[in-house]
Amino acid sequence: MAVLVIADRDGNTVRDTTHKTVTAALKLSGDVDILVIGQGSKAAADAAAKIAGVRKVLLAESAGLGHQLAEAVEATVVGLAGGYDAILSPATTDGKNFMPRIAAKLDVAPISDIVEVVSPDTFTRPIYAGNALETIQTSDAKKVITVRPTAFDAAGEGGSASVETVTGADAGKSAFVSEEMVKSDRPELGAAKIVVSGGRALGSAEEFHAVMDPLADKLGAAVGASRAAVDAGYAPNDYQVGQTGKVVAPALYIAIGISGAIQHLAGMKDSKIIVAINKDADAPIFQVADYGWVADYKTAVPELMKALG
Amino acid sequence: MKVLVPVKRVIDYNVKARVKADQTGVDLANVKMSMNPFDEIAVEEAVRLKEGKEHHAAGTASEIVVVSIGVTQAQETIRTALAMGADRGLLIQSDADLEPLAVARLLKAVVDEEKPDLVLMGKQSIDGDNNAVGQMLAALLDWPQATFAGKLVIADGKATVTREVDGGLQTVAATLPAVVTVDLRLNTPRYASLPNIMKAKKKEIAVKAVADYGVDTAPRLKVLKVTEPPKRAGGIKVTDAADLVAKLKTAGVL
Repeated sequence: MAVLVIADRDGNTVRDTTHKTVTAALKLSGDVDILVIGQGSKAAADAAAKIAGVRKVLLAESAGLGHQLAEAVEATVVGLAGGYDAILSPATTDGKNFMPRIAAKLDVAPISDIVEVVSPDTFTRPIYAGNALETIQTSDAKKVITVRPTAFDAAGEGGSASVETVTGADAGKSAFVSEEMVKSDRPELGAAKIVVSGGRALGSAEEFHAVMDPLADKLGAAVGASRAAVDAGYAPNDYQVGQTGKVVAPALYIAIGISGAIQHLAGMKDSKIIVAINKDADAPIFQVADYGWVADYKTAVPELMKALG
Repeated sequence: MKVLVPVKRVIDYNVKARVKADQTGVDLANVKMSMNPFDEIAVEEAVRLKEGKEHHAAGTASEIVVVSIGVTQAQETIRTALAMGADRGLLIQSDADLEPLAVARLLKAVVDEEKPDLVLMGKQSIDGDNNAVGQMLAALLDWPQATFAGKLVIADGKATVTREVDGGLQTVAATLPAVVTVDLRLNTPRYASLPNIMKAKKKEIAVKAVADYGVDTAPRLKVLKVTEPPKRAGGIKVTDAADLVAKLKTAGVL
């Protein structure tokens, strides 16, 4: 049984979501290859070849693959699928976009967002916004799976796999127009060791940034937000932590002025340590917090800044 | 332009799903059911395409057909979409909980019959959370797809879609016919007015059976069990910053 992992490429390297997906893949088989997709991805393929436990790296380049367009990725992967019993990708927005398309072309029932490999044909995944976990067994000979990265440890470095070039397909009926990526000196929300998140209690976009940004900078943290804060316009869309936003699992998650709606908890409850600061002692966030501080953020955050030195 | 909008009847998003004691699934007995919130956004956008609201030219959509696959009561979900402004409905009756592949195949059969120029649908249903049917339908039709739409512009035979992706926004242009799946921030769905609710009662809903389409809907996945996620025990309260920082240092996270 051989497994193909589709890498989450980031310029000249691959994101650690790739390493985490390799960990899941190694639970299926010892024969794990990585496919790196995109124009000018040789350096990223070389980086993927260093991931421990990888047999070989396939590099597919074409103009259409530069932006991971679903149609081009599907045509490329379907062309390679004959050699594999399972195809895995991290459950990023890219993976969620192209994996079901690949599955349909292969006549396979896709398995989305797994958090556990029970056996090579049985997996556990969250349903109902994380309020239930289902364990499912597939009867498909070939498997197409997306992996929730926060549920797996990252595979280490130290591999020395070979890199082979394979044919990359073009996009056909869809075309890339533009992209607008948020630039920030802070760590990426999904990968940060510490996340500080603000909620609707902050009351305005100015207050949100005035309170959250200095604290994040002091801690070297990424900034997140609840959906309520995003919907109110206090924080941009890509800050959103929750079932409808990003799922994070940092070592330390500090929730400030967040009540803890179910959909927010689904996005952060796997964090190692959760701190909640909220003036409402009955806020549901305290039920999941390791350290709860019933206080107004207006006094608590400045005190915390001072205590951090 | 004809628009097809698939909608699903799911547990209301305000209701907390409870796992059955025998671990066979989630208890839906006597639970409030509603239209999947992402599908509501798709219906709203289709209606705006017809009305010419926001940046859409009036009459961009000429007809809006709503299709649901599910139990008899899913007619209520279709009726909600008709009250919002869709023109007619189709229910493919099924008591079985069909997998995304089966749903995509049935929708392909509907597309072959209805020949829409655009399929506009929610990015995922909030029960199974698969986020798969739209992409699979596009693949089966060999159509382009644009998922997680935060903005949609229809012009020159193309759907130009600004997609909500990790780290920001990506804009792609898909040549019609295409499948577009919608994300939360595309629009805020309207509440149907009373006159429109009354009008919707007269709109047609055709009812068919899964068997009428002659597609294979056999399950590929077997649910072995459905369980509650592990509970996080609430921790301790702190009352000042110095105490908190000391505890975080002890825990090794600072």
